[in-house]
Amino acid sequence: MRKLLVAIVILLVLGGAAYAWAVSAPEIEAIEPPDPASFDPELVSRGRTLALIGNCNECHNAEGGEPYAGGRPVESPYGVIYSTNITPDPETGIGRWSPEAFARSMREGLDREGGHLYPAFPYPHYRLLRDEDIEALYAFLMTRRPVRAEAPESELPFPFNIRPILAGWNLLFLEEGRFVADPSLDEPRNTGAYLVRGLGHCGACHTPRNLLQAEERDRFLMGGENSGWHAPALVGAVPAAVPWTEEAMTGYLRREFVEGHGIGLGPMEPVTRNLSRVPEEAAVAMAAYITGLAGPPDPGAGDRAERVAERSREPIPTGLGADPGAHIYAGACARCHEHGTPDRLAFGIELAYSASLRLPDARNLVHVIRNGVKPPPGEAGFYMPGFDGALTDDQIVALAAFLRARFTDLPPWENLEDTVAGRDLEEDETGQAILGLVRSGGDG
Amino acid sequence: MVTLNVNGAPFETDTDPDTPLLYVLRNELELNGAKFGCGLGQCGSCAVLADGRPIFSCLTPISVLEGREITTLEGLGTIDAPGPVQAAFIEEQAAQCGYCIPGMIVRAEALLRRNPAPSDQTIRDWMEPHLCRCGTHMRILRAIRRAIDGGGAETRARDGETPA
Repeated sequence: MRKLLVAIVILLVLGGAAYAWAVSAPEIEAIEPPDPASFDPELVSRGRTLALIGNCNECHNAEGGEPYAGGRPVESPYGVIYSTNITPDPETGIGRWSPEAFARSMREGLDREGGHLYPAFPYPHYRLLRDEDIEALYAFLMTRRPVRAEAPESELPFPFNIRPILAGWNLLFLEEGRFVADPSLDEPRNTGAYLVRGLGHCGACHTPRNLLQAEERDRFLMGGENSGWHAPALVGAVPAAVPWTEEAMTGYLRREFVEGHGIGLGPMEPVTRNLSRVPEEAAVAMAAYITGLAGPPDPGAGDRAERVAERSREPIPTGLGADPGAHIYAGACARCHEHGTPDRLAFGIELAYSASLRLPDARNLVHVIRNGVKPPPGEAGFYMPGFDGALTDDQIVALAAFLRARFTDLPPWENLEDTVAGRDLEEDETGQAILGLVRSGGDG
Repeated sequence: MVTLNVNGAPFETDTDPDTPLLYVLRNELELNGAKFGCGLGQCGSCAVLADGRPIFSCLTPISVLEGREITTLEGLGTIDAPGPVQAAFIEEQAAQCGYCIPGMIVRAEALLRRNPAPSDQTIRDWMEPHLCRCGTHMRILRAIRRAIDGGGAETRARDGETPA
């Protein structure tokens, strides 16, 4: 198996290099930075909405940095990629990019000079965008304040630091064509499809990726990952205790605390914050499309969830010799999360409805226990204190195991100790294995 | 029976193991420095140190603290011989009503033990989980700065940098 992987990587490198040599993209001529006043304010305003739906501000924004000036490290199994400056600064940003150069970057993953961008930039999704939407995004970005900021060099090992091999990647994985409405879908589902598959690039996190980090087309939205968080399946093994309705998902996408589901956490938090800042139609359409894809809910699911919830409302077993996890839940969590506590007003979800407890592994739960939930600096929002420092690894293991048993009808998590210790999970290991082999040039 | 180590002394208690530490500190040990504020880990007035790291004692059951060194405000100094952070808070008169101050001092202490020369931004980020309803934040920040370098340098841009 490993020999095969190495062979694939080598073929990709050689093939990609040869292909890139043959088809290398031309530079698009630099322009004088356009006058911001030359853009129609309505177009700029539409571009702002689209940029929020596309979450451009999430990656192209370093912590504590200027909006859209880039420099944020984006982790991939192969190494760290830094986002670029997309303000109209002529030297370090996209100030000298023509509309054609911008459109080409969005669809083909090429910079103005013709160099390849890594597919951490979701051009495989953005290629679906309509011309007028790309035009509006261009107008929005070109009217931002230019910021002089050079993005750090990405930290990828050989051969992934040879950008022309991405020509090979694109040949293998980049589909062509714009979005085509599905005549069998009504509105707003087609709008939802356009936003989910294109601009919103939901699949970038929620679709599993193959060894070469391309999304697996036949497992669309069936669960992936981002930054060490599990991105739950939206189709197939959906972890929600109570089946999603269009209304519930619309509220969730707009950062409302939805009964039976709670709020978006981790990498989903900024997505929902962005969607709460654009007209509701976007979330309505996305929710309609996603719930439609997921199909009609399992008719017994709601009753099962209620039975689990009923069972979990028994008194917490904290007597002598009780499960240490029960003591921790009672002392640290119950105040906000237990059914019937007046402090549920602080928006602690009743844990029988927590999707984090129903995922294939405990990653998301451990993140939340350790780091809590807090809004970005200076903003209001949902809050939970983190317990890093208060709970040891062993205690987090005990707590997670107790929560899974009390609040779900699912089997105990396997490898819980490894998850809490942050040891690589299997999905990551495959990528690391290829990398290790390529690095050593050897053959395991 | 849970055995705790508070300010260097062992303490045995029959209280339920899921009881938050704050109640044991105040009701049994009569260490009243740590305060009950919100009871939800949202204000910081109950902060104490566990193995040198700040925790919300209102949400930390005593069952998880066996074998760990707990330090409260009282463990940082006495009225006659206050610790350096305590002394700096007194010199800057950082308290208005004073309710949040024990938590603030304890949290600042934890930072300075780990990073003796933090930048102003690091101090602000670090102190962020703590609320002060009176609004003495600027004095609190000055007090922490004074605990670091005697109040000589007002600001420091980067961690570890020598004050100008």
